[in-house]
Amino acid sequence: MIYGVAILAACMFLGTTIGEIIGLLTGVNSDVGGVGFAMLLLLLVTNCKKITNLLPNGWEKGIQFWSAMFLPVIIALSASQNVYSALSGGVLALVAGLAVVAAAFLFLILLNTLAGKVEAKKNSKEAEQ
Amino acid sequence: MKAVLDIMVDFFTGNGFIASFIVVGLLCLVSDFISKKITKGRIHASAIAIVLGLVLAYIGGVVMNSGVDPATGVQYKKGLADIAMFTGVGFLGSSMLRDFTIVSTAFGAKISEIKKCGLVAIIALFLGIVSSFVFGGVVAYAFGYKDAVSVATIGAGAVTFVVGPVTGDALGATAEVITLSIAAGVIKSIAVMLVTPVVAKKVGLTTPRAAMIFGGLMGTTSGTTAGLAATDPALVPYGAMTSTFYTGLGCLLCPSVLYALTELIL
Repeated sequence: MIYGVAILAACMFLGTTIGEIIGLLTGVNSDVGGVGFAMLLLLLVTNCKKITNLLPNGWEKGIQFWSAMFLPVIIALSASQNVYSALSGGVLALVAGLAVVAAAFLFLILLNTLAGKVEAKKNSKEAEQ
Repeated sequence: MKAVLDIMVDFFTGNGFIASFIVVGLLCLVSDFISKKITKGRIHASAIAIVLGLVLAYIGGVVMNSGVDPATGVQYKKGLADIAMFTGVGFLGSSMLRDFTIVSTAFGAKISEIKKCGLVAIIALFLGIVSSFVFGGVVAYAFGYKDAVSVATIGAGAVTFVVGPVTGDALGATAEVITLSIAAGVIKSIAVMLVTPVVAKKVGLTTPRAAMIFGGLMGTTSGTTAGLAATDPALVPYGAMTSTFYTGLGCLLCPSVLYALTELIL
């Protein structure tokens, strides 16, 4: 089980390092997409039979445990948000925050429909060939 | 009796991380009960747990009155976790464990789905940042902030609550405007947590592709992953994958290109 946890931690380490390096190169000086890279690394490593065959049985449990802990972590995270001061931030903050979310949902409908049409076209073309 | 109570409180204060499992476990138990018995399964238990978490965070803020820690002089800002016996909840919900568990959810995601959505996810990222900046900026302008620095800082805050202060510091915005930009970002994050499970089906947020677009448009990693967790846990890795690029990209674009454009317009 520890191997799964160690792989997970190593992926996060490498991913964050990649993100920080990109941040350095672009002058942002913070992590750019480190978690995303870590996720891709984890996918690559755990799908590589050459690596996973070397591990004793049950290594997956180490990753599955933390995956199951995701929701509790998110609940703890929601309990440690600065809700009080956000709500006392006044009407401007409230309006700005809500307007942005409403706009993003509209764009989601738009982009998702467009992407669906593009994909359908691609599929029908492939079917013709 | 008082001694026993003291021992219990001491355990919570001294073993915060362990105690946080009890707190969150109880929260889940209560949420499960409310979901099954009161809403008859109509509202997901995880959505209720997140709402209860936010309510506790608010109560934490009221109890500490958003004051200053007498020992360190640091402003209280972690909701329930500012109360000494619940600091462990803050550790369990820290960005370190958040990111660690998010990465673990990738286990079981499909690489093919991610590859398929590369282009539209990138479009969503840019559209998400620019539109948040514009809408946030317009609201700031409507509320009487007419200078480019303030408009850009509040606009950046509407991108995420990290991008706001980063941009404000870079441009030399006033402390008041920076605080406002953080508040706007936190409101956005909370709104995404609460609204997503309610509207998910209506806006078509049911597929990995939609989740990747969603992550790119909303950006706030906490809000996006919590919102998706309360909607369909299987979608979490896809939304997280794109949202994790959002803050970095926002820190890159807001103080530079987007600020320059704001200055041109105003």
